[in-house]
Amino acid sequence: MLRDALLIAGKDLRLELRSRVALNQVLPFALLVLVLFAFALDPDRGLLARATPGLYWVAVLFSALLALQRSLSVESADGNRDALRLSGLDPAGIFLGKVLAVATQLAVLEVLLGVGVAVLYTTRITGWVLLAVTCVVATASIAAAGTLFGVVAAGLRVRETLLPLLLLPVLAPVLIGATRAFEAALAGSPSEGWPWVGLMGVFASLYIVAGVFGFGPLLEES
Amino acid sequence: MRPSVPVPPTEAVIRLRGVVALLGRFPALAGIDLEVAPRRIVLLRGANGAGKTTLLRTLAGLIAVAEGQATVLGVDLVADRRAVRHRVGLLGHATGLYDDLTVGDNVRFWARAAGAEADDAEQALVRLGLAGRLRSVAVSRLSAGQRRRTSLACLIARRPELWLLDEPHAGLDQDGRDLVDTILREATAAGATVLLSSHELDRSLQLADEVVTIAGGVVVADTGMSAP
Repeated sequence: MLRDALLIAGKDLRLELRSRVALNQVLPFALLVLVLFAFALDPDRGLLARATPGLYWVAVLFSALLALQRSLSVESADGNRDALRLSGLDPAGIFLGKVLAVATQLAVLEVLLGVGVAVLYTTRITGWVLLAVTCVVATASIAAAGTLFGVVAAGLRVRETLLPLLLLPVLAPVLIGATRAFEAALAGSPSEGWPWVGLMGVFASLYIVAGVFGFGPLLEES
Repeated sequence: MRPSVPVPPTEAVIRLRGVVALLGRFPALAGIDLEVAPRRIVLLRGANGAGKTTLLRTLAGLIAVAEGQATVLGVDLVADRRAVRHRVGLLGHATGLYDDLTVGDNVRFWARAAGAEADDAEQALVRLGLAGRLRSVAVSRLSAGQRRRTSLACLIARRPELWLLDEPHAGLDQDGRDLVDTILREATAAGATVLLSSHELDRSLQLADEVVTIAGGVVVADTGMSAP
């Protein structure tokens, strides 16, 4: 399973390196969202500073939708899904590989968005450990749930619009937990953030276990 | 070509009895009876919509058997159709290639996915004439014929025991079509079995050891093991 996961992750990351969809489309989109939030919530009124953690994670979520659509659309093209099913690869390995590839792209995106937040919103970054662990756990949750629900929607003509409808409600607890943890880190009281990280860890575990066992049957049906 | 996994010389590679397969509610296969011996090249004939593609996909384990008995490479498709998949190679109308990856990337990926060695991928690239400049070209930039060659290279690199080919000559030039025929003969000599559907009847009839004709989802003529 691990070998299959690394094979799929390597293939998906190579696809991204060659096509640069995340770099040329997802990243500019995410930065644009940050800029628009800054215009909508005037930095001088203080509201932007208070809303920064939530805005950051909303931008991450919107960008993740694009990355997930891309990750799954390459498997829908030109018989690739059949080829995957015939390959003999472990479906759980395929799932974990796609999660790993999406999570890697999101991690890079989150770092760059963090720089964007620091520059555009003049946010002073504190609580590095809590911020980093929150990013790891939230990213795992988003990538796992997104890959699982993405394969549900993949076989349908309306997949582009269906995925956000399916995914965003499921990820609401992750959005809340990540936002609260970021608020605690940026406020200089990280101890208030760790329970939220624990909660997100539970959701991440649930999504990963559901994906490991559910991805294969869903791949068959899609 | 390296030999495929040994198959007992007398046991049928494919054994179907009254197989029904549904596309939605439509019985695309309506009671197929078929037996194919090892190391044979079998031509599937039939008009468009006769059920050739559905038969190939059913044999590959991609479509469920709704009724009847089906055994492929000793695997009961009714009980577990997934178990046969990694042992067959299916070349359909779609290429099964990633457009943004290079030819070499695609062949190496599908070879590794099937558990083959890097050397198998390299040999396949050489065999299909893709080892030169084309190796580094993205699939999105290839012609239809070059895509077909790349798909064939992916198939060869996997070294399947059963080759299921839907119009394998389509999109290829004269040299490419000749090469396909040579590769199929080599594959059967190495122990594999081949089922192909083709509208290039003259070429395919020369290539095939037996001919199975399908109409309306059933076998209406068979010159091989299933013949009465």
